[in-house]
Amino acid sequence: MTGRQRSTDEQRDRVAIVGASMTEFGQRDGEWIMDLLAEAGIECLEDAGVNATAVDHLYVSNMTSGEFEGMTGVMNALVHDLGAMPAYTQRVDQTSSSGGAGIYAAWQSITSGASDMTLLVGGEKMTHKTTGESTDIIASIGHPVEYKHGVTLPSFAGLTARHYLEQFDVPRESLAKVAVKNHKNGVDNPNAQFQKEVDLETVLESPIIADPLRLYDFCPVTDGSAALLFCPESVAREYTDEYAVIAGVDGATDTHVVHERDDPTVMQGVVESGKGAYEMSGYGPDDIDVAELHDMFTILEFLQMEGLGIAEQGEAWKLVEDGYTERDGELPINTSGGLKSKGHPLGASGVAQGVEIYEQLVGEAGPRQVDADVGLCCNVGGFGNCVITTIMEAAQ
Amino acid sequence: MTMDATRYDDGSISYPGHPRGPGGAEPVETIDLSEYTAEIVTWTTSTATPPGVREPNHLAVLEFDVEGEPVRAIGQLTTGNVETGDEVRPVHIDELREPGAGIREPESQAWDGYRFKPA
Repeated sequence: MTGRQRSTDEQRDRVAIVGASMTEFGQRDGEWIMDLLAEAGIECLEDAGVNATAVDHLYVSNMTSGEFEGMTGVMNALVHDLGAMPAYTQRVDQTSSSGGAGIYAAWQSITSGASDMTLLVGGEKMTHKTTGESTDIIASIGHPVEYKHGVTLPSFAGLTARHYLEQFDVPRESLAKVAVKNHKNGVDNPNAQFQKEVDLETVLESPIIADPLRLYDFCPVTDGSAALLFCPESVAREYTDEYAVIAGVDGATDTHVVHERDDPTVMQGVVESGKGAYEMSGYGPDDIDVAELHDMFTILEFLQMEGLGIAEQGEAWKLVEDGYTERDGELPINTSGGLKSKGHPLGASGVAQGVEIYEQLVGEAGPRQVDADVGLCCNVGGFGNCVITTIMEAAQ
Repeated sequence: MTMDATRYDDGSISYPGHPRGPGGAEPVETIDLSEYTAEIVTWTTSTATPPGVREPNHLAVLEFDVEGEPVRAIGQLTTGNVETGDEVRPVHIDELREPGAGIREPESQAWDGYRFKPA
């Protein structure tokens, strides 16, 4: 049966992921957004053994190809480059959570019956711009009262980190330990931008970017792409016995103006999307075996752990100190290296989180492999402005 | 020049104002925050600033007390020599950031506003 032969309602149960891929993340000189998207898309279809003509829907998660490269209409271009006509296509932009929003859109396309085979490709080309230009493009998501003061995403992180450290009497070193852990994990990810460990002293003595946060508290600017292939579980079984299933997915939105939130240390979008994903899946925080969190800044890993119920408010740092989130800990977090080490090509990051959880659940994570039946990814747009939480489980 | 916050019909106040407040509450009046002092909730000094922004850029989240109703704002500080809890007052600046140096269309927004100085 091809993707275009619709499965029946009786067969249409859960949404499966049957293929995954990601390009090398980093500085990809001479390669542009369409090169990166095509590379990940082709590799994903080959990973699943699915022909492009079977694709009903193709979503492209991308935030800023127009602003960075002057290239728009990337979804149409990718369908053509993959030979996937006449597949329906759409670009999904939800800033840094575009990848997670793409997972949500792909899940909706399958579960609604509109598609029997949906390819999601996320990607961004950024490194040809200076850091200042990249920071400004990303900061353009801000309200005019933020933008005119030169408020950037890194400065939100500095403001929030200071508040968190002061309010909960947290040692500065615990934030640095997030960076140390995620860099250590990234060493075993051949596609990570930084496959290099950093020690605590290096993090704590690196240049200040947004006081009290320093260079190694921040993710890098990155080029890269990642892809996932979705279909009904009944269709998945025709291709493979090794697949993952979307157990729960939800998205939520917080204020656009960040300072209007009641508590700067609570990301309500994380709380609400997590609650929705838990309810849909029937799982709770204690059931999660492995998680990918959006560590664009080290402080975000704490805020997501707390928003998702993995830790009480103000106490996530204790779990990091205790080794709970290490690869051999009770709940490994960011086994891929996270955005911190793997890199953060905006539209690709949420998809790449899904790639890591998929590989963990089907046993393809190589030296990063942990014992996992249920995994979670949390993809954050802006400074918690839009959030998607996805829970996957192994098919068997 | 004023620093207008908006009060809604549910009694809440926001800066900036929005066409509708929490839960769809309707705006009922504006309040000029430039006549008030504020307390620093948290602050940072950013050393990696985008085009057209001073470097370093001292920033703070501030809280005003408007007749018992807390109102928060974000803005530049005149100095990085501050502590959480310090009281600050607004000082008008003609150009907080160079219009046109960044990605945003210069005509799309105002570029003057208030920087905050220790009281």
